[in-house]
Amino acid sequence: MEILQSLKIALRALKANKMRSFLTMLGIIIGIGAVIVMIAIGSGASQMIADQIASIGSNIIMVIPGSTTSGGARTGFHSAPTLTWDDVKAIRNECPSVALVAPTARGAAQVVYGNMNWSTLVQGITPEFLQIREWNLVAGRGLTEADVEGARKDCLLGMTVAETLFGSEDPVGKVVRIKKVPFTVVGVLERKGQSPRGDDQDDAVFLPLTTAQRKIIGTQFPNTVGAMLIQAVSEDRLQQAEQEVSSLLDQRHRIGPTKERDYSVRNLSEILAVSQQSAQVMSLLLGAVASISLLVGGIGIMNIMLVSVTERTREIGIRMAIGAKQRNILLQFLTEAVLMTLFGGIIGMLMGVVGATVVSRLVGWPTLIASQAIVISFLFSGGVGIFFGFYPARKAAGLNPIDALRYE
Amino acid sequence: MSEVVKLVELTKVYDLGEQRVQALRGVSFAVASGEFLAIMGASGSGKSTCMYILGCLDTPTSGQYLLENVSVGNLSRNQLAEIRNSKLGFVFQGFNLLPRTTALENVELPLIYARVSAGERKKRALEALNRVGLADRAGHLTNQLSGGQQQRVAIARSLANRPAMILADEPTGNLDTKTSAEIMDIFSELNGQGITIIMVTHEPDMAAYARRVITFRDGLVLSDERNPAPQQGN
Ligand SMILES: Nc1ncnc2c1ncn2[C@@H]1O[C@H](COP(=O)(O)OP(=O)(O)O)[C@@H](O)[C@H]1O
Ligand SMILES: [Mg+2]
Repeated sequence: MEILQSLKIALRALKANKMRSFLTMLGIIIGIGAVIVMIAIGSGASQMIADQIASIGSNIIMVIPGSTTSGGARTGFHSAPTLTWDDVKAIRNECPSVALVAPTARGAAQVVYGNMNWSTLVQGITPEFLQIREWNLVAGRGLTEADVEGARKDCLLGMTVAETLFGSEDPVGKVVRIKKVPFTVVGVLERKGQSPRGDDQDDAVFLPLTTAQRKIIGTQFPNTVGAMLIQAVSEDRLQQAEQEVSSLLDQRHRIGPTKERDYSVRNLSEILAVSQQSAQVMSLLLGAVASISLLVGGIGIMNIMLVSVTERTREIGIRMAIGAKQRNILLQFLTEAVLMTLFGGIIGMLMGVVGATVVSRLVGWPTLIASQAIVISFLFSGGVGIFFGFYPARKAAGLNPIDALRYE
Repeated sequence: MSEVVKLVELTKVYDLGEQRVQALRGVSFAVASGEFLAIMGASGSGKSTCMYILGCLDTPTSGQYLLENVSVGNLSRNQLAEIRNSKLGFVFQGFNLLPRTTALENVELPLIYARVSAGERKKRALEALNRVGLADRAGHLTNQLSGGQQQRVAIARSLANRPAMILADEPTGNLDTKTSAEIMDIFSELNGQGITIIMVTHEPDMAAYARRVITFRDGLVLSDERNPAPQQGN
């Protein structure tokens, strides 16, 4: 009942100074709104990276042919064919921390089905590839050891390719032409989405590595392979696997003081984990910057409440003269401050949700508004009201009845 | 008749840093239950200071104030607030009503702090407004009322919690003669119903309503006289 009375008084006081109350609330509106938008962007970004990590598969290192310095590992994905089938076999046999090795080769080609055609990535793989990538089939079967050994003309379609060429038709069992060579579609892969580099992982066709090299991509150097995906036996042996692979390859390629490394090893999970960490740091920083505006908003509340207490000193005196206790006055002003911040918080929350949606539409960033963020910002705005309203309220409650009454 | 108020050698010093103002220099008197007492005296003689102490709004520098035989000096702020709320009603020269608030809400205010339930609160507030003849103005905002009406709302507010004593500091100071008489009639009537009234005034016409007149001079009681034939209300 007492709270109800305080609410009534507070509402009346806020209504009496509509413009001022609104401007004061604006600080909280902007603060909460900014916090929501920033956290939404930040958690959207780290969620995106987390999804990508999951889409890559776990405990993976990648061995890329070509020298890091001369070829430039960033540009030349397959600068020189320095890795061989023998290297693959050696790694399989001699590295105890390695569970699976999946050699690959990449190229681009036109895929034709009926009168439809589509330019896409052609990737030669072995059965280990889908295992390492934890990539499941939605139809048909995967590629087998026999496909690779026999260099059979079987292929798997990524979801984008399947949808583009076949629409609603079932592709399994149909024949597509890749560089005019007929291939039988034996399976369709589930959707993977964007890669960490931002390209569509489902826009690809997968062939047995041997077939791809001989018929589609072609290589002047027989017995070579492109990049290798290597999975360690467990997460804590990832580093060790990396070491085993590079020392084995160093030895096999006779790398030494006179010969520079003709391959490079990359730990994908590590790279992604780092970028996820930086996304989290960014989201934290953004949140912190946004909280500063909330702090400024809170100071605005305190400022206006102090003005309000001074303006209404006589009213406080009258209330005390007819029996208001300190507690009553404290509660009255605290209620007023909290009401302002809660109003501001709710409006800010709505604006934040709208803002986050607009940002994600406009810039194409994913945003993620967790329900916790909403609850927390609600509690936070209430907390700001209590924190910044307390000092003015206590000042009001501490007034001497007679001094307050005499105040001009 | 029992003593409601007893003042013993009350002094009050306002310390303004370099200057010390001795507003009360040792005031002693007692007021019995049901009395109608007027306090007179020149401006600056300490009347208001004394009233604020009587009203538990201020504390004396020294001396003792017994209210219904309880020494007020030993009470906490909360206890004083409770006394102001339930035992005393204070009427000011400047009315001291809340602006932008209806007459009824003003009268309800002491009942809110007394935690009286909403229904009972409204009933008692209307009853109090009725006693001052303003029941028909309950819904008016205080700034829409005349000075006399505002003072009557203030009296109704002081009555709301059914106090034993009403303290009025120059209640007619801002009012014309006719309105002043109306207010004094109300006080007479309330006194007739058994409520103790202490009223400050410097107008002999108003003091004529009281049954006893104390005159202050320079912070001391100069005289304390009975009025054998107080003016009666209509
Ligand atoms: N708050 C105050 N601070 C300082 N001096 C005051 C204060 N209130 C009253 N006084 C002084 O105390 C004396 C008595 O004042 P007051 O009780 O208001 O007299 P009265 O009501 O009889 O006119 C005066 O000299 C006045 O100036
Ligand atoms: Mg005075």
